[in-house]
Amino acid sequence: MFTRRTFDVVVVGAGVVGAACAFYTSRSGLCVAVVDRGPVAGGTTGAGEGNLLVSDKQPGPELDLALLSTRLWRELAEEFPATFEYEAKGGLVVAAQQDGLAALRTFAATQAAAGVQCEDVPHLADVEPHLAPGLAGGVRYPQDAQVQPALAAAHLLRASGARLLLGEEVIGVLRTTDGAVRGVRTPRGDLLAPAVVNAAGTWGGQVAELAGTSLPVLPRRGFVLVTEPLPRVVRHKVYAADYVADVASGSAALQTSAVVEGTAAGPVLIGASRERVGFDRSLSTEVLGKLARQAQELFPVLRGVRVMRTYHGFRPYLPDHHPAIGADGRVPGLWHACGHEGAGVGLAPATGALIADGLAGSGGRLDRRAVDVRAFRPGRFGSGPPQPGRADAGAWPSAPGPTDRPPA
Amino acid sequence: MFRSRRSPLGLARATPGAPFDITLDGRPVPAFDGQSVAAALWADGVLSWRTTRGSGKPRGAFCAIGSCYDCLATINSRPNQRACLVPARPGDAVTTQKGHGRADLAV
Repeated sequence: MFTRRTFDVVVVGAGVVGAACAFYTSRSGLCVAVVDRGPVAGGTTGAGEGNLLVSDKQPGPELDLALLSTRLWRELAEEFPATFEYEAKGGLVVAAQQDGLAALRTFAATQAAAGVQCEDVPHLADVEPHLAPGLAGGVRYPQDAQVQPALAAAHLLRASGARLLLGEEVIGVLRTTDGAVRGVRTPRGDLLAPAVVNAAGTWGGQVAELAGTSLPVLPRRGFVLVTEPLPRVVRHKVYAADYVADVASGSAALQTSAVVEGTAAGPVLIGASRERVGFDRSLSTEVLGKLARQAQELFPVLRGVRVMRTYHGFRPYLPDHHPAIGADGRVPGLWHACGHEGAGVGLAPATGALIADGLAGSGGRLDRRAVDVRAFRPGRFGSGPPQPGRADAGAWPSAPGPTDRPPA
Repeated sequence: MFRSRRSPLGLARATPGAPFDITLDGRPVPAFDGQSVAAALWADGVLSWRTTRGSGKPRGAFCAIGSCYDCLATINSRPNQRACLVPARPGDAVTTQKGHGRADLAV
């Protein structure tokens, strides 16, 4: 049956970012629908490790966004206790050699100046007894935390009260004669709304295209190894200092740097590889072997531990490694909340709160001075049809008008 | 009893050699060449050789074809071996596995 359903906001994407957008937007009083062609957390969210990191970010707008998000995750964990395995475990970045440690300390000092808590750890064995002996030292980041990302998305969606439409693919973005968005089309009917939020993650470029604009989101593949369940053998999220350089790299070639952490359920997760190979889902034993070897170098105890399974996903990657958050500016009523690369789980609440704030117009609850949203302007990559007479994205247009509630 | 047509060996008309011993928590359990550890334990009337991580419930062989990972056991001090796939060898020491079987690694 072809139906017409009316909302204030339609969020495209039921990953953790879409869930956070729905949660904060509903909370601001708007009537929200979330539509996804698959299940909840069926894309990159479900393939992530659930890291909430400030440690891997250099000072700048994304670090500010991460700091805001860290606070919001803590609030969410207090509001919904014991639902999505929030664990304030802290991060530990280690350096093998003295020169690497010096560089790490310098980097940490710049982060500390930007508001990140950093603690120098001269004796690694005191905080991580299973770490390989002989490492030069490390820096501990108490603000780093972890959630189970699929659970987090599911609970935020449930708590939002938003209408959830799963297995329903957006096949078109409806626009008025003057170009403004007025909803989306799916094979089951139209979802009408004066605002559409593109939270389609790695597939955000396709949604932008449906709306007649563009966003250069590319997939960056990553593998994760899952060990058999263990007691707590790794206390922090532990990674080598090279990881920060890999995250910031624009290279298409394979990069691996071990990121090792325990989980509430028992298995140890081992990441993180990065390679630009399109949406190639085939298993790469080369990558798996490299990750395993690097993890064993950090934690020799893992040599006797079995890897139970692996999984992989596609980080939504934008050319400057910053997400696209805000109004499109080229298509009135179109908002973007995607392209967070490997930081989508961590950055989801701040992204959702910024989107909700923008959709609600002025008087939102966020102190926007905390984050310079201009760095996340969706229009910063150019191309796409210009919209004469409109300010570029990053401007926060007035809120969508109230609409009738959908029929019960 | 193994010659009975009702036993698996009888039904398959198998003629195994003499049994040898493996142990479960130190107690001898007879096994035949080619038999899996789980089959030997079952033939001896043992249905459970692991307890679950969360609630300590008993577990043994369920699918018996290596898919379900329910039959995990600590064999020769190595935890998390699928007893239904590991061939029994003379002298194998099977120990009842508590939870993940890796408590010694905890920090």
